[in-house]
Amino acid sequence: MTTGSLGPDPDSQPPAGVHSLWRLRGYLRPHKVALTIMLTTSLVGVGLTLAIPLVTAAIIDGPVADRDLSGLWALGALAMVLGVLEAVLIWWRRWVQSNAVLSVETAMRHDLYDHLQSLPMGFHSRWQSGQLLSRATVDLSQIRRFFGFGMLFLLVNIVQVVTVTAVLLHMYWPLGVLVAATAVPIVWLSMRFEKSYVVVSRQVQDEQGDLATRAEEGAVAIRVIKSFGRGEHVSRQYEAAALQLRETSLRKVRLSAKFWTFLELIPNLAVTLVLLLGALGVGKGWLTPGELVAFITLMLSLVWPVSSLGVILAMAQEAMTAAARINEIYDTESDVVGGTATIAEPRGRLVLEGVDFAFPDAPDEPVLRGVDLVVEPGETVALVGATGSGKTALTSLVPRLFDVTAGRVTIDGVDVRDLDLTHLRSLVATAFEDPTLFSMSARENLTLGRHDATDAEVEQAIEVAQAHFVHELPWGLDTRIGEQGMALSGGQRQRLALARAVLARPAILVLDDTLSALDVHTEKRVEEALGRVLTHTTGIVVAHRASTVLLADKVALLQDGTITHVGDHRELLATVPAYRELLTSDDSEGAGRSRLEVGV
Amino acid sequence: MSTTDIGWRGVAAVDVEEAEERERGARFTGGSRELLAELLRPYRSALMVLVGIVVVENGARLAIPSLVKVGIDSGIPPIRESGNVGPLGLVAGAVLLCSVVQAVARNRFLVQQGEVGQGVLYEVRRRVFRHFQALSPAFHDDYTSGRVISRQTSDVEAIYEMLETGFDGLVKAALTLVGTGVILLFLDWKLGLVALCSGPFLFLLTNWFRRSSADAYRGTREKVALVIVHFVESMGGIRAVQAFRREPRNQEIFDDVNDQYRLANLRAFRLVGLFMPGIKLIGNVTIATVLVYGGYLAYSGEVTVGVLAAFLLYLRQFFEPMQEISQFYNTFQSATAALDKLAGVLREEPGVPEPEHPVALDRARGELRFDHVHFAYVDGRPVVPDLDLTVPAGQTLAVVGTTGAGKTTLAKLATRFYDPVDGEVRLDGLDLRTLAADDLRRNVVMVTQENYLFSGSIADNIRFGRPEAAINDVVAAATALGAHDFIAALPEGYDTDVAQRGGRLSAGQRQLVAFARAFLADPAVLILDEATSSLDIPSERLVQEALHTVLAGRTAVIIAHRLSTVETADRVLVMEHGRVVEDGSPAELISRGEGRFADLHQAWLDSLA
Ligand SMILES: Nc1ncnc2c1ncn2[C@@H]1O[C@H](COP(=O)(O)OP(=O)(O)OP(=O)(O)O)[C@@H](O)[C@H]1O
Ligand SMILES: Nc1ncnc2c1ncn2[C@@H]1O[C@H](COP(=O)(O)OP(=O)(O)OP(=O)(O)O)[C@@H](O)[C@H]1O
Ligand SMILES: [Mg+2]
Ligand SMILES: [Mg+2]
Repeated sequence: MTTGSLGPDPDSQPPAGVHSLWRLRGYLRPHKVALTIMLTTSLVGVGLTLAIPLVTAAIIDGPVADRDLSGLWALGALAMVLGVLEAVLIWWRRWVQSNAVLSVETAMRHDLYDHLQSLPMGFHSRWQSGQLLSRATVDLSQIRRFFGFGMLFLLVNIVQVVTVTAVLLHMYWPLGVLVAATAVPIVWLSMRFEKSYVVVSRQVQDEQGDLATRAEEGAVAIRVIKSFGRGEHVSRQYEAAALQLRETSLRKVRLSAKFWTFLELIPNLAVTLVLLLGALGVGKGWLTPGELVAFITLMLSLVWPVSSLGVILAMAQEAMTAAARINEIYDTESDVVGGTATIAEPRGRLVLEGVDFAFPDAPDEPVLRGVDLVVEPGETVALVGATGSGKTALTSLVPRLFDVTAGRVTIDGVDVRDLDLTHLRSLVATAFEDPTLFSMSARENLTLGRHDATDAEVEQAIEVAQAHFVHELPWGLDTRIGEQGMALSGGQRQRLALARAVLARPAILVLDDTLSALDVHTEKRVEEALGRVLTHTTGIVVAHRASTVLLADKVALLQDGTITHVGDHRELLATVPAYRELLTSDDSEGAGRSRLEVGV
Repeated sequence: MSTTDIGWRGVAAVDVEEAEERERGARFTGGSRELLAELLRPYRSALMVLVGIVVVENGARLAIPSLVKVGIDSGIPPIRESGNVGPLGLVAGAVLLCSVVQAVARNRFLVQQGEVGQGVLYEVRRRVFRHFQALSPAFHDDYTSGRVISRQTSDVEAIYEMLETGFDGLVKAALTLVGTGVILLFLDWKLGLVALCSGPFLFLLTNWFRRSSADAYRGTREKVALVIVHFVESMGGIRAVQAFRREPRNQEIFDDVNDQYRLANLRAFRLVGLFMPGIKLIGNVTIATVLVYGGYLAYSGEVTVGVLAAFLLYLRQFFEPMQEISQFYNTFQSATAALDKLAGVLREEPGVPEPEHPVALDRARGELRFDHVHFAYVDGRPVVPDLDLTVPAGQTLAVVGTTGAGKTTLAKLATRFYDPVDGEVRLDGLDLRTLAADDLRRNVVMVTQENYLFSGSIADNIRFGRPEAAINDVVAAATALGAHDFIAALPEGYDTDVAQRGGRLSAGQRQLVAFARAFLADPAVLILDEATSSLDIPSERLVQEALHTVLAGRTAVIIAHRLSTVETADRVLVMEHGRVVEDGSPAELISRGEGRFADLHQAWLDSLA
């Protein structure tokens, strides 16, 4: 199976089969006792269902006929006990089963989430979250259902069918053989069914995931959709997808309907044949009429277990597909694996040596080429470059959100790939260009990187980021800030993200254009406070504006995927035309001013 | 377990409201039945046909054993006597026919039931999606996309389960129940009454299950939504999660909600686990009682043995379908909880309702007017106390001000994301509340601070506001904004998939695409809310040039912090705490020498020095 950061192609379908489910057997192991109880109670239950009519017959044939009152009480009591026992057994099975299967489901969901969290950005940028979600919900409950009911009744039904067939063979073997022979078309049909069903059911599951993705997009993008008045358009797209899902589901329904119908038809045809041949046999004196009646009655009791096999097999099939979809996530291994090294006393000397980088989903398009950069401890470098020049890409190499394709990144002389991943990420904190907030309390968002931060530390970070507004929220720091912080203003979101990075107390602080949504006065205050933090922290500041560049001790200019100039802001401004063009309005500096002055 | 709950989730106004409503028992009082009835209405005749099919199918099914009996009883003697297989062949033919009829009916039933079920599902999906689209951003702010998704996936799934469980069991059960019930009473009324004594117990048990399972299933709906919300959010923000080593804490939270979901499910499962055997118990005890009582009656000669035998056989048939009914009832209860949730969403009124009799507005001139507008997101905390402002058609207005001053709020009012609490917002003299959403959106377009790109090609994203636009127009828009170069350099050019939420592009590139999208939509009023904040200065300059050439004559409201962005505006508005504190042309404001805009200008000059 594919490994690597990309993982399997979300659009390709790995083969599903018994092996897919078999791989998940580990989850059942802790519930061996429960499974045994479930199986035993079901089998005993089947026995009881057969026993109660026997008791009834016994009463009618025995005590009533013999006029034996005490025998009536005794057998009546037996019927009562058996009846109660049957109910108790069902209750017991269901009790044990709910515990077991829900634990299994919960454990699988835990592991799935755990694994997804560990997969690298390369994976997540390719997989729609709707697809992941449908695995964590629909697929898991399908597997749960199979483990709880399907598997059990598959076994029980097979046991029942085999036992009854054996009894039939024993009763009168020529007809018994006939009954046994019906297994041939049934097995053949099941295999054919399985082949086509697996395709449709996978398609249904994928389309459900797709629909979930669209539902998510419809919600997350609601503001864009509204501002262009495209609700109708998006709804129609959603409906087209829902219609598609309806068609595919109907295909699935038709397919299984056909299969189930045949599963009922075959036993009934067998009954017809047995009736014909049996009656002929009775006529010829090969068997007694009583035997034939018993034979056919028993045989009719096979119809239900056989035809319900259809439902169970479909359930099994779905569980297999679901398992395959889960396994393909498990099979993706993170290629961003941490080393073991740690830095006891980090100073924060950051060095990039001959770094090449291309995004994993576009390996032929190098974004960075031969980047060399040294940031001394406590020093702050401003990273300046045109839109799309690779600034964000460069900063994401430090906490290993992505890995370099050549060269290396070192912190205090240690290659980041040799560092323990958690340790590395505690050394580096980034305020991203989009704030990425969660619909949790403001405090939880702030302490994302340091859950144990004290109130004083939180307060300090708020001070640095000038995020005092949090105290004015309706419930102060406990206010839930809405999805993506939508109940905050743009600048408020950005300051929250900044405070979060500062609060992490990193050795290296990365600010990816984090002051862009601040007004000049607030920006100035933030810069002053940040300046104090940055005196003892190594900093990388991505900047589009001269005002932000002033935070830094030196400037690195990123052009065509590589760092062409490193130097002082004023020096670069004077000597490098490309730099001047990026940071000043150049001729329009004059033009802009003159425009204003003309107006004066 | 849920002690940590309030800790990380924080408090929001909805929680308080929800808790209050729960107290009052409102919002949860259903609506599921009405919704279900409404959804099934178009299928009334199909449902009748289905019932017919079930009857035929069961007729054929029940005929087979009797036919077999006939075959044995009257088919065998002729063979014995004269070797005449005629009668037997006839009966065998009848059995064959019944088998085939049953099979065909069964097939028809399954297919048609699937059609009805899928039709209902489609309709639910359609309605719910559309309704979510119609609800205002204010609703979505609180509701979160995770819950939107959970409504549209797991709740719909629960309804599907009910539709799939097959109401054939129900029909069959109802038929046998009534049929055998009558037969039982006719066979022997005394025994019949004993059997019917089980009725009240069945009723009590079912009633208990209805009440307790409604609560339990509501619990599972709510808990699964928590799981989904947390799942979706942590996968959506995975970059921050990993960069801030949030995984362990996330796992803790996830385990908590996951376990809450397990417990909610466990509760529901256990109720079913009591209900189903409970039904079985009542059936078995009744059978045993009748057996003893009937045995006694037969013993004392009050009933014949034949009647007792027949009675017992029918009694078994009476109770057998109860299992199917209870199974169906169980999925019905689960679906009801889901339908309740969906009905609740569908009942939610859009915060900014469509006018009943919209005033037609084809192409606006673009005059925007705020007439004593008062606005607050939260009652008692006005963000815009009293705004009076006219933007003449064709003017380029720049809005600056401290963060949180209410600039974006102004834009949201102008695009009718929200309605003012007091006062009016007018376009060409028409109150926005009287305009159809389509007309308004065609004329007023906003590029937001958070530019969302859809997964799909760049061309489709640019075309979003005008899907019929030809590729030439798309390219022209991109070119005008200086975005063409980078797009053309991508491996598949305009057809490049931008991946989830535009992840394939850099922040600035995303902004350019979002800009091109608005540009192509060609509105009469264009509102740019910090739409160039992530661009480098040369790109920003190109965008500005494009604004002045291509969009010349349009009304433009440009919200920005950078002087480079606002310097070319006709008029500048400085906002503070929702109030306009300075208003005038840039040159005018600067020439005053003091004031906020002049400061801004000075700061900008300093940063360039
Ligand atoms: N996931 C991705 N897969 C492939 N290419 C990508 C991906 N993300 C970004 N790119 C491309 O890599 C280049 C560098 O992107 P990056 O985000 O680093 O730019 P940037 O310098 O931060 O720009 P900006 O100033 O706009 O934020 C861009 O051309 C972009 O199109
Ligand atoms: N959906 C909302 N619910 C509650 N309060 C909100 C909501 N949106 C904004 N606010 C509050 O209203 C005030 C004004 O917000 P607005 O977004 O208009 O500010 P802004 O001037 O655009 O600021 P910025 O420059 O930071 O974007 C802020 O205090 C903000 O917290
Ligand atoms: Mg960037
Ligand atoms: Mg704003």
